[in-house]
Amino acid sequence: MRVALFLTCVNDTLYPDTGRAVVKLLTRLGVDVDFPLGQSCCGQAHYNTGYRHGAEPLARHFSDVFGGYEAIVTPSASCGAMVRELYPRMGDRARAEGRGDSLARTLAPVVPKTYELTEFLVDVLGVTDVGASYPHKVTYHPTCHGLRSLGLGDRPRRLLQAVKGLELVELPGAEECCGFGGTFAVKNAEVSAAMGADKVRSAESTGAQVLCAADNSCLMHLGGTMSRLRTAMRPVHIAEILASTEEEPAA
Amino acid sequence: MSGTFVGMPAFPKAARDAVRNPTLRGNLRHATHTIRAKRARAVAELDDWSALREAGRRIKDHTLRHLDRYLLQLEESVTAAGGTVHWAADADDANRIVTQLVKETGESEVVKVKSMATQEIGLNEALLEAGIRAYETDLAELIVQLGKDRPSHILVPAIHRNRGEIRDIFRAEMGEWGRPAPEGLTDTPAELAEAARLHLREKFLRAKVGISGANFMVAETGTLVVVESEGNGRMCLTLPETLISVVGIEKVVPAWRDLEVFLQTLPRSSTAERMNPYTSTWTGTTDDDGPRTFHLVLLDNGRTDTLADQVGRQALRCIRCSACLNVCPVYERAGGHAYGSVYPGPIGAILSPQLRGTAGEIDASLPYASSLCGACYEVCPVAIDIPEVLVHLRERVVEGGPAVRQGNKVMLKPAKGHAAERAAMRAARWAFTHPGALRTGQRLASRTRRLHPRTLPGPGKAWSGTRDLPPLPAEPFRDWWQRTRGGKGDAK
Repeated sequence: MRVALFLTCVNDTLYPDTGRAVVKLLTRLGVDVDFPLGQSCCGQAHYNTGYRHGAEPLARHFSDVFGGYEAIVTPSASCGAMVRELYPRMGDRARAEGRGDSLARTLAPVVPKTYELTEFLVDVLGVTDVGASYPHKVTYHPTCHGLRSLGLGDRPRRLLQAVKGLELVELPGAEECCGFGGTFAVKNAEVSAAMGADKVRSAESTGAQVLCAADNSCLMHLGGTMSRLRTAMRPVHIAEILASTEEEPAA
Repeated sequence: MSGTFVGMPAFPKAARDAVRNPTLRGNLRHATHTIRAKRARAVAELDDWSALREAGRRIKDHTLRHLDRYLLQLEESVTAAGGTVHWAADADDANRIVTQLVKETGESEVVKVKSMATQEIGLNEALLEAGIRAYETDLAELIVQLGKDRPSHILVPAIHRNRGEIRDIFRAEMGEWGRPAPEGLTDTPAELAEAARLHLREKFLRAKVGISGANFMVAETGTLVVVESEGNGRMCLTLPETLISVVGIEKVVPAWRDLEVFLQTLPRSSTAERMNPYTSTWTGTTDDDGPRTFHLVLLDNGRTDTLADQVGRQALRCIRCSACLNVCPVYERAGGHAYGSVYPGPIGAILSPQLRGTAGEIDASLPYASSLCGACYEVCPVAIDIPEVLVHLRERVVEGGPAVRQGNKVMLKPAKGHAAERAAMRAARWAFTHPGALRTGQRLASRTRRLHPRTLPGPGKAWSGTRDLPPLPAEPFRDWWQRTRGGKGDAK
């Protein structure tokens, strides 16, 4: 199977450890991973801020880069949702604007082949025990796009529960938004920060050492809040937990 | 907080008051969380909820598609039942019609129920200018009116007030408006309710004119429906000699049987009740029973313009249940007043900029008053995809584009103040479609990482004011990959 890693622009620039973890994990599971160097951004920031027409060249670029692979795996529920939920909508809107089927036809091939990491593991590879070891107390934040756009359901929890040594504790109010919301975090900074602080406090109340999610953008916002609130917790991407083994433990 | 919604600051600034007011945030958090949990239980009781939701969506979409036909049918049915129908294109029209109708009765006082549409058009202020005093009779609306305040929630307009504040308002203000609060009034719910009951009872028995809104209008029979919890609606609808109902045109449904769906979904979504305590229906006039004169004012005020928008029109499905407010994390922190409209919360964020246009500062900021978390869409009993409409309206704000205003096709210009953002987006698009440039930028950022400031300048300051930035890694992923080919190459 020719699997492409779509790392996302945020992870590529700020969280290379997550990318290395995905490569390590998938390789351990026998998957041949490629990282197409032409990749950049799915266009979500443009689309969600109101620049749909500006997002179109990015979506076309995504299709050019990834169209030839059998599966595209991304460690971001949010960017995965962009491709799966919003690319078809972009095609529909272009058609409604009288611009024909060109965009829809270009984007269609990548839509069903794009998987968020935990989906790929559970649905495509059919594994829940990935042979990981991570002896820490962890709480899981499901993130809005993972929860509502992609419908990840209990896949991440099942994967975490199978990790050796990991104690999974429920996060109260888990389904509430952390307040990141892309440009929302800047445009409505005070409300965003208040939401983030409440989420961090609720995570702290579990006594967990680690707050885990399938999106580094939410974790960046929460991690920045933890640091400001001087919390003992740390944010860790689920890929890094799943990649961790007794021989090569993650921090 | 007093006055009208006009002249409100943009959302982020307006939200600041609530975010920084611990009492207000506490009141809101307690109220929304309680009602949120109750709603979830009430909805879970029905195993056909998703079918009901889909049925509600279909009925509303069908009606909106044939709105002209159903409104004409409604006019015919209401007229046949002894009522008179008036068509109001905008707020001024509606206010003029209602003021004239009240003047014709020779009265200078009216009692009101279900007053959201009349608040949208500022009817109370218009009546006051004509020397007519309007009394709100819904308990929460009464609190808001006495407190010279504005509603902050669709269902619970005084959600931002706690019991102590209400007692103070009653003690200080009731005497100005009619029967004063009883001596030694405390803040126990029973005493507060009794004080309101006594105060309102005098108004009901004296009033010759009632003004109402409606939850639904049935085209087939000309029947109007009010769904409420306190019984004040029934008083307002039956005791006065003249009844004037001001209703948005989107509230029509084709047939009586359609109510079956909404009378299940509305109470469960709003008050978390299986059935609301009072459902009143009235059809024209009847000899020796209820009002002798009935007027229906059909209010457009931006609704047909909204209907012309393919993506935004779904906002007109709204049955004003407020489930989206109660589940919204932004509403919970920002409070209802920040939305600058009688329609707050997620639905207000898509309704107001459509009804009023995006030219004003507050209306241009409302589509951004959301983290797009999608909780509102999940709970909406008529499946309005609020995040989709929010993004669509953001597009209108930053890019402009075709729209319909007062029935005419227009090309909207982008709203002011987005030039820097637009330039940044264009630059980002260029970099993202030129991976070589992107790689150079990433390398540069990584190599200069020790020089980066802890706080950001410009718009980024809003981020670093409350959160710490993540440290930049020494090497972006793509450099590691090229160096090692995914760990398989030479890692040195």
